[in-house]
Amino acid sequence: MPISRRDLLKGAASGGLLLASGVPAYATMSTTLPPNAVGLLYDATLCIGCKSCVVNCKTKNCEPGGALYQEGMTKPPYETKGPGNSGQWDETQELTGKTLSVIKVYKNGTCQTKDAEVDGYAFFKQQCMHCITPACASVCPGGAFKKDPDNGSVYYIASKCIGCRYCQLACPFGLPRYEWDAAWPEVRKCQLCRHRTKNGGMTACAEFCPTGATVFGKVTDLREEAKRRLALKPGDEYQFPIQTVNSRDRHPRKVAKYVPKVYGLTEVGGTQNILLSGVSFEHLGFRKYLKNQALPELTWHYIAKIPWVFAGVFIGGTAIYKITHRKEGDKS
Amino acid sequence: MMDLTRYIGPKYNDLVQKLLDDRQTKHLGIKLITPFTVVLVLLIGAAAVVALYRLAFGIGAASNLSDEWPWGLWISFDVLGGVCMAAGGFLIAGAVYILNWKKYYCVVRPAILNAFFGYLLAAISICMDIGRSVVIWKALISSQINSIMFIVAIHVVLYTSTLATESSPMFFEKVGWNGALKTVSRCMVGIVLFGVLLSLLHQSSLGAVYLIAEGKLSPIWYSKWIPYCFLLSAIMMGLSMVSFETILTGKFFNHPPPREVLSGLGRGVMIVGVTYLALKIYILLETPGLVAMVFDGSFLGNLFLLEMAVGVVLPIVFLSFKAVRNNINRLFAVNILVISGVMLNRLNVGIFGVQEFATRSGGDYFPSAMEWILTLGMIAFAILGFKICAKYLNLFPQHH
Repeated sequence: MPISRRDLLKGAASGGLLLASGVPAYATMSTTLPPNAVGLLYDATLCIGCKSCVVNCKTKNCEPGGALYQEGMTKPPYETKGPGNSGQWDETQELTGKTLSVIKVYKNGTCQTKDAEVDGYAFFKQQCMHCITPACASVCPGGAFKKDPDNGSVYYIASKCIGCRYCQLACPFGLPRYEWDAAWPEVRKCQLCRHRTKNGGMTACAEFCPTGATVFGKVTDLREEAKRRLALKPGDEYQFPIQTVNSRDRHPRKVAKYVPKVYGLTEVGGTQNILLSGVSFEHLGFRKYLKNQALPELTWHYIAKIPWVFAGVFIGGTAIYKITHRKEGDKS
Repeated sequence: MMDLTRYIGPKYNDLVQKLLDDRQTKHLGIKLITPFTVVLVLLIGAAAVVALYRLAFGIGAASNLSDEWPWGLWISFDVLGGVCMAAGGFLIAGAVYILNWKKYYCVVRPAILNAFFGYLLAAISICMDIGRSVVIWKALISSQINSIMFIVAIHVVLYTSTLATESSPMFFEKVGWNGALKTVSRCMVGIVLFGVLLSLLHQSSLGAVYLIAEGKLSPIWYSKWIPYCFLLSAIMMGLSMVSFETILTGKFFNHPPPREVLSGLGRGVMIVGVTYLALKIYILLETPGLVAMVFDGSFLGNLFLLEMAVGVVLPIVFLSFKAVRNNINRLFAVNILVISGVMLNRLNVGIFGVQEFATRSGGDYFPSAMEWILTLGMIAFAILGFKICAKYLNLFPQHH
């Protein structure tokens, strides 16, 4: 049969909503990796916590086209409040409406060994994961989140945003941040440096990472690289690429012991940013039990039933009305 | 009576005079200036100031919401609660105009008006809650069919208009616009049917908003059945609200509450309550480990038990006795149980159920003074609006 039941439902749902709202309907969301999908591989075992990525992220995203850029801004929105900060330097503690990426530290016991869960420490990076099927884009009532059909970056169009913050509730990683201190607020999150990557550039964070902990590249290459690293023997030397995954600039370094998992391969149907770590991911604040299922599907089952409710209520309601009012009809 | 001819011309003065003519409802003995209404007006005034402050300085300045806790009191109480309180409108309208259950005709107007105010309350609150209030219309033209919020937004607008149309005959009667009255009356069945459809979808879609929050909303409340849970509990709440408000207006407005209507509503609450309870028990048994989670004495487990006991189990038990269904004071008490229980359910889903996730991410939330004031002001607005309508419109038709 050329038309599957699901397609039929989709068509019917779109038709019903078309009637209801009088506007053209979209097809439901893609669950496959876009053709030229790009992303980041963050290897926590290489990260030395220097925060160069965070600094460059803020600087470069305040240039025209960047996610933090606003017309007439004189300097980046620095956050100079924090323990021990006398207002001198940008010291962000959390992802906020002013900060798109942040490096945090995991500490345990005596904090002696890097990448050890017990008596160890590890750095980790938080930013938008760029889901293959982003929940934020699916839940946004204004259509303010879009996934680029070519490179797959999930970006934000402020002019369409109404500020309902459903994206914050829906995001499985709790990523989108809100400008709570603004009277006309925007949602802020990493947009994978769209203004740089569309001209063939790399993201600001990968550009400044001195150790290759963050590398930029095609998602397919990043996944291969991640799997290659997991297959290495701890203690062996490996030539880690710097800035981009296929870079010629490589630094030799001893391989640390990885948790046997690439985070972002299957979580919520896969993400374009993927992670490697020596410490299990839940210690780094990444949710453990994310199924290999695109989240918009959870909602779609409900939405697909709407046209049937339309049909059922109108047909059933009219029938009931006819039956219950037949005596009155006789009288008149 | 004031003569406004000088300010608005004879045509509009005539209209105002007709509207303000309360001879028809004299027997209800409604007084507009009482200590209670003064408090209501003060609350509304305070809420208006908060609303202006919120619009001028932003959502962050007025509320205690944060990145870890993006939705709070306004969404849970005003929007989820307000809409579910309004469910009585479509139920009574459907019973009277579609099912032809004539005995409920005497409560159809207050039920619809009550629903209208519930929806206004929800609509105004959501306008205050979203960060860019004045562009809220953008949610209606986006055609984001993957978004439950888009569907919710369309339903709020359509159904609020539907409720206004359903209430309009009272107004047309009063000002003597017979042409308009005739047109609306002729289309009433179609309008009511449309209202039933919108309500079924809207009540359930408010639950469906949380479908995508798997793992964020506690499994005690999260399940793929949550749209049905919302719909069934809203029906319980809606019927109880109509009963509650009929008894209340009967007490305060010299207007004897019709007993057989109240016992019928009580029976309705019981039947829907049993269905809802059965669904909840099925969900409990279907999800592995959920029973243990509910009975482990944790805060969330206890909240769930409280919600189910107060809002569902006790009302079903009480209503199964004829002596309760036929006694107005006992029915009134049961209504309060149902309303509090279902309201607690909405707060559980909207606030407490996401608490674990929010706290794990480092956030904590207690509504700010301004959030409380706006919510109280909105409730005061609904009560005062209903009272004014009861005074000036023929809200309780004696017979048909």
